[in-house]
Amino acid sequence: MKEDKNQVVGSENMNGGQARGKNHEDLDFLAQMGESDSLADKLKILARQNKLAAFSAVILILIFLAAVFAPVVAPCDHLAQSLTDRLQDPSAAHLLGTDELGRDVLSRIIFGARISLTIGLVPTLISMAIGTVLGLCAGFYGGKTDFIIMRLADVMLAFPSLLLAMVVMYTMGGGLINIFIALSLVNWAGTARIVRAQTLSLKEKEFVEAAKSIGVKKWTIMFRHILPNCLPSLIVLFTLNIPSAILSEASLSFLGIGAQPPSASWGLMAVRGKKYLFSEPWLSIAPSAAIMIVVMAFNFLGDGLRDVLDPYLKEQ
Amino acid sequence: MSESIVLDIKNLRSHFFTAKGQVPAVDGVSIQVPEGKIIGIVGESGCGKSMTAMSVMGLLRYPGRVVGGTITLDGKDITHLRPKEISKVRGNEISMIFQEPMTSLNPVYPVGKQVREAILLHQKVSKEEAKERVLDIFRAVGISEPEKRYYSYPHQLSGGLRQRVMIGMAMVCRPKVMIADEPTTALDVTIEAQILRLMKKLCQEQGTSIILITHNMGVVAEVCDYVYVMYAGKVMEQAETFELFERTSHPYTQGLLRSIPRLDEKAERLYTIDGVVPNLLHLPKGCSFCTRCSQAEDRCFAEKPRLYETSEGHGVRCFLYEGEGKVCLDE
Repeated sequence: MKEDKNQVVGSENMNGGQARGKNHEDLDFLAQMGESDSLADKLKILARQNKLAAFSAVILILIFLAAVFAPVVAPCDHLAQSLTDRLQDPSAAHLLGTDELGRDVLSRIIFGARISLTIGLVPTLISMAIGTVLGLCAGFYGGKTDFIIMRLADVMLAFPSLLLAMVVMYTMGGGLINIFIALSLVNWAGTARIVRAQTLSLKEKEFVEAAKSIGVKKWTIMFRHILPNCLPSLIVLFTLNIPSAILSEASLSFLGIGAQPPSASWGLMAVRGKKYLFSEPWLSIAPSAAIMIVVMAFNFLGDGLRDVLDPYLKEQ
Repeated sequence: MSESIVLDIKNLRSHFFTAKGQVPAVDGVSIQVPEGKIIGIVGESGCGKSMTAMSVMGLLRYPGRVVGGTITLDGKDITHLRPKEISKVRGNEISMIFQEPMTSLNPVYPVGKQVREAILLHQKVSKEEAKERVLDIFRAVGISEPEKRYYSYPHQLSGGLRQRVMIGMAMVCRPKVMIADEPTTALDVTIEAQILRLMKKLCQEQGTSIILITHNMGVVAEVCDYVYVMYAGKVMEQAETFELFERTSHPYTQGLLRSIPRLDEKAERLYTIDGVVPNLLHLPKGCSFCTRCSQAEDRCFAEKPRLYETSEGHGVRCFLYEGEGKVCLDE
């Protein structure tokens, strides 16, 4: 039965593919996946097609769980100092050794995952929400609205985002909330551009016209009819934006204007270990490796998701 | 015509404001739609059929704009409604079926939900009740297994089924007028007949009037009660269907009918009307058909003919019929 259905879908794509164009095929695919209703099915497709992406997803889930249950998982208290145990090599008691104040590095990395993941997720969600709404408005209304929003986006993109984030951080001071604000303000422009481009092509589609002809209002058309069709790109963009947010936070912390001690952020830990780079290299290497693993995992997952959600790209 | 007029389009003019000049896509079109009848609009590509429909629906897009005339739906002027008001009328009192059933449905929603949206937009009913009505209309338009189809996505349906869904969507609020813009062009011939029959049936059952836009004379002969032949943004000839085929008057209509291949005649080549539709930016000074007309006289190039009534309800925009009648529907 299932095979049968796929065949029908396949042949239809062949018949209508050229006329309906690229965009439609992957939308068809999304629709098909929506019909196979469960997330498990999507993950199954992902796991079959791309082992690396599936593996990345597992790693990310583990890291996420470790962050949530950090007090249970971590072997020691991440803030407990013990100057007699300072700068110890990795051992059975301290798997990744201890830092200059005698704190367990592994525990600090596990607790640091909380900060890094929060910083990966929250500003990305906020900036993408802003970017999506602005992009939709720009694409849908066009004209002056479009001009103003897009020039604003151009200005944002013209500045190096890290520099802009630094300016925001300097004027408002450090702290988690301010990092959220800084990164959200800086990163919306890319999303806005992509959503605008998709909106421009989608709003010319006949189903939008048909929706208008049954009396659907503009905002409903934007958010109920156009936005869901942008979702495949947005999901992929999301997984690609997270690592850049994590890296930005690490850079800001490295420069001393991000997370403040004694909180355990990976970027902060890497910079504190700098002094002991030659004598106790694990102090910097361990948090850097954690950043690298998370960033790479998100990138692989993003690539994998793009393949699943957008089969056309893969054929190319 | 004794029936009450549901939709009255008077002297509608829609122009496109392009960089090269003003294009009169619809140029003084008057159409009357009586209750429960099927009105056909025929003509070549680019003659303004679809633009007339879009103007009526208020869906004309920049740079197009309605510049003159009135559109009266059931006694209410809907020519220049504000967006909020027009969205109350659209779908509820007047609805539209599009040419391409493939792209007219949103690919990310089940079709049932899309039809349900039309009900929920205009009527205060619960979601369950709306769903029941969607299933009813699915049965009415001949969709088998409506329960199952309700949750189908557009790509899982065939073209014919999709067009049935579109018709269901257009009919579900029992509009007074439904505009069908070449509803069967994208379908194959057997499905075409089914869809036409279905539309005619619904029209009779629900008392909905239909404006059927097509370039297929066969379709017109089969289902329409009254026909308007359009050319270059103007109505060239209008008559009851039987009258039109019986006493075809305008040289353009004659040409159209002659270009249909016939089974009972042997011909090497199909008849065609010479030339192409004139550029709307540079229309001839006189009759817009004069450059292609075999019976054109000097006068046709200099003066614009009006729509002369040859017999009751039969209007012809051609000087050949000037003496016979009086001006009927004109400026």
